[in-house]
Amino acid sequence: MTARSIAAAVASGARSAVSVLDEHLARVGEREEEIHAFNLVTEDKARGQAEAVDAAVTAGEPVGPLAGVPLALKDNMCTRGIPTTCSSKILEGWRPPYDATVVSRLADAGAVFVGKTNLDEFAMGSSTENSAFGPTRNPLDTGRVPGGSSGGSAAAVAANFAPLAIGSDTGGSIRQPAAFCGIVGMKPTYGAVSRYGLIAFGSSLDQVGPFAANVADAAALFDIIAGHDPLDSTSIAGFTPNAVDHLDRGVEGLRVGVVRELCGGAGSVKGLSADVLARTNEAIEALAAAGATVEEVSVPSTTLGLSAYYIVAPAEASSNLARYDGVRYGLRVDAPTTGEMNAATRTAGFGAEVKRRIMLGTYALSAGYYDAFYGKALKVRTMMLRDFASVYENFDVLITPTAPTTAFPFGERSGDPMMMYVNDVCTIPSNLTGHPGISVPFGVGDDGLPVGVQVLAPALQDGLTFQVAAVLEAAADGGGAS
Amino acid sequence: MSPQEITVHEPTLPDEWELVVGLEVHVELATQTKLFCGCANEFSTDPNTNVCPVCLGLPGSLPVMNAKAVDYAMKLGRALGCEVQGSVMARKNYFYPDMAKDYQTTQYDKPTSIDGELVLGDGAVVGIERAHIEEDAGKTTHVGGGGRINDATYSLVDYNRAGVPLVEVVSRPDIRTVEQAKAYVNELRDILLAIEVSDAKMEEGSMRVDANVSVRPVGSNELRTRCELKNINSVRSMGRAIEYEARRHIALYADDEAPRQETRHWDEEGGRSTPGRSKEDADDYRYFQEPDLVPLAPAVKDIAAIDAAMPVLPAARRARLGELSDVSPQVLATVVERGQDTLALDAIEVGADADKVLTRLQNDVAVSDWSKLTSSSLAALITMETSGELTATQAKHVLADLIESGGEPAAIAAERGFEVMEGNELEGLVDQLIADNPGEWSRFTSGDDGDRKKMQGFFTGQIMKATKGQADGRAIAELLSRKAN
Repeated sequence: MTARSIAAAVASGARSAVSVLDEHLARVGEREEEIHAFNLVTEDKARGQAEAVDAAVTAGEPVGPLAGVPLALKDNMCTRGIPTTCSSKILEGWRPPYDATVVSRLADAGAVFVGKTNLDEFAMGSSTENSAFGPTRNPLDTGRVPGGSSGGSAAAVAANFAPLAIGSDTGGSIRQPAAFCGIVGMKPTYGAVSRYGLIAFGSSLDQVGPFAANVADAAALFDIIAGHDPLDSTSIAGFTPNAVDHLDRGVEGLRVGVVRELCGGAGSVKGLSADVLARTNEAIEALAAAGATVEEVSVPSTTLGLSAYYIVAPAEASSNLARYDGVRYGLRVDAPTTGEMNAATRTAGFGAEVKRRIMLGTYALSAGYYDAFYGKALKVRTMMLRDFASVYENFDVLITPTAPTTAFPFGERSGDPMMMYVNDVCTIPSNLTGHPGISVPFGVGDDGLPVGVQVLAPALQDGLTFQVAAVLEAAADGGGAS
Repeated sequence: MSPQEITVHEPTLPDEWELVVGLEVHVELATQTKLFCGCANEFSTDPNTNVCPVCLGLPGSLPVMNAKAVDYAMKLGRALGCEVQGSVMARKNYFYPDMAKDYQTTQYDKPTSIDGELVLGDGAVVGIERAHIEEDAGKTTHVGGGGRINDATYSLVDYNRAGVPLVEVVSRPDIRTVEQAKAYVNELRDILLAIEVSDAKMEEGSMRVDANVSVRPVGSNELRTRCELKNINSVRSMGRAIEYEARRHIALYADDEAPRQETRHWDEEGGRSTPGRSKEDADDYRYFQEPDLVPLAPAVKDIAAIDAAMPVLPAARRARLGELSDVSPQVLATVVERGQDTLALDAIEVGADADKVLTRLQNDVAVSDWSKLTSSSLAALITMETSGELTATQAKHVLADLIESGGEPAAIAAERGFEVMEGNELEGLVDQLIADNPGEWSRFTSGDDGDRKKMQGFFTGQIMKATKGQADGRAIAELLSRKAN
């Protein structure tokens, strides 16, 4: 059942929210031990929410648009009274005294929170192997990673532990795991969704976004979580999400650009596998067949995105993660002086990848290095914004693969950070520019695992990404994808 | 007795050395709420009760800029003659337990206000380099050991003050004497009070001064190694600290040594500064633009509105009084500081002698509540005094009554039975006293200066006693002097 059909059935009284929850919890009981999508299954919380929805329906009171729909929250979203760990030992046991804005909106919409999902520690990674609590397995092939950093949320939807999930995307952390798990994942325009209560990684890049098994559910979820929040100063005032309205508009007359540098054309980034490029080309053909005009386009600065990102994100992270010092909450490792206590706590509490990025970021911001690293990365960002702005004068949307490959086996890349980082080459540009992007499944690779195609659009054109994704989804279902 | 000129002991440095001081003043803005959250801007409550996820820097929390704080900061910038510009918030990264996020949200390369000046009472102009907005930290109490972070047994942190809005006003190193430094702080305080953006109480920490001190040979333009003095709790303490530090530098140079650039802790009780953190091994703050806040872009019309609503500032108020009188700058400063300048101007306008009005206010209206004293009664009193209807002493008594309960000076004088003593009546009294006290009289006429002074006091006191203070002191002095010759 789709999220929308569940909500309709629950609202009409045809199904009880509790029975929907039980059905999903039964699947969790069957497969969670193997998959490890969750850091915590919040059964009591979920049951309470489901019972409240059922009581409202029985009493004839109005219920929200997600009434009774099970939903999984990435464990970097603050939930009042419920442990929120970022999959880090440093936050183990911490219970936020407040809900993230997105969490409040979802609760108000009637969603039922089944659990907090696993992630790469502090969302730093592309495989969910960097979790302090063990990796998540890809439900489609448990020998492979689900992608990351929102691997737990993607796996929860792919395993139908919940029809909907919330993730966060700093360099591709929603879109890449969506691609690996064969579901839909979307990164909104920066500022479209409140970051209040999302535990920060790279503040100028982070966005909260939806996961769903299909485009329409993802659009419905986006419409609920997006919109201005006065608690987030970077939230865009006056933005009214209307993704659902875009679903049936088709692509007739839309100008679709194929980004040469990310699609294996001249000057393309290396490492894009042939099967992924083949599916991407089929997707492009499907759009053309549906009436879009398709043309190759060059966005030269996209090839610099990866380098710029791995300076900006760690720099912001080095500052954002300073507060985990053992003084106020979470882990504390005692030592004779305050400074030694800070160091001992952070040494014990953070994993290797987090430490690596804190060091990278600290270095990039240091006196004498700022101009060469952080300053230059900001210039690349400005350049990319300019490049994309000029491309969008002639195109409505752009197409790329979501990730260079399908889901890879555990351990294949965890020993080599650079190999891991290259995973994000297609998704990172839109984080640096703040533009929206969606990953939609389009066929499978040579290994039989799903391939994701990415649709990019200009800022605030979030609806357009769903519009094009809906056409691709229909084409894939209709046999347009191999 | 009449008030005396108080000579302030101004410690002077050796002639060949010149003091170079720049001041950094942290001003707490008197907003209702903190800089980035809705918590009350009030920290005299129980520890850690006036806090929320934002000022505690809890994971996931985000700051929202307090518009009133920005308004106040711009107001202060304009009052200091600064250019108020588009600005951005930045993060200053360093670890300290009372800084909840382990970075301070402040302004770095684009502060709200730049390039202003502050004109002191003596006419000296001190440049203002910048005035930027930042958040305050919490408060740490180190318990045990030496009471410093590295030797305490344990430390207690109170975050009630965390996130209180501050403006840091940074002067250029244009201050050349201890008195100028004091005048600068007093002037800044008066401006803050005039524009109502801070209660500016140094003793309560709502105005905190750090002093950058160096010395150089007179005639040189170099800027030598400076030390930053912290833990200064009053204007007086600042004066002592600057003087001590200057002498320490001079002594080092005299021994062919040089001070190290460092932060030093002023020990008020011990009267000395002790080394704190050395700037050589100071943190690299890794400033970068705060991604959680958007740049501040003041509209031209907002700045124009601030300018239009700007009250007349203390310097201009002093200048106005100065044009009308010949009293010392100190008297002008005191009267303006107390906010008695409007009262003085109104009294002068209806004809009272300007110098008398101002000196009377300075000397005899040093009270917190003078609301019962009206400009017309003050003017009437001063006129009675200048016309000789009241002696100085009588005027003082009447003024005290006016402050206490208001009323008309003439009526009060009549009620108190004040009448000017006729000259011959007074002379009779003086003659009688001389006859009764021949020993004292001869000391007055033929003793040394000390004797003469002492005996003048004796005779004046006796006459005042006999007349219940109604005699005119000047007339007595004249009589005594005439009779001695």
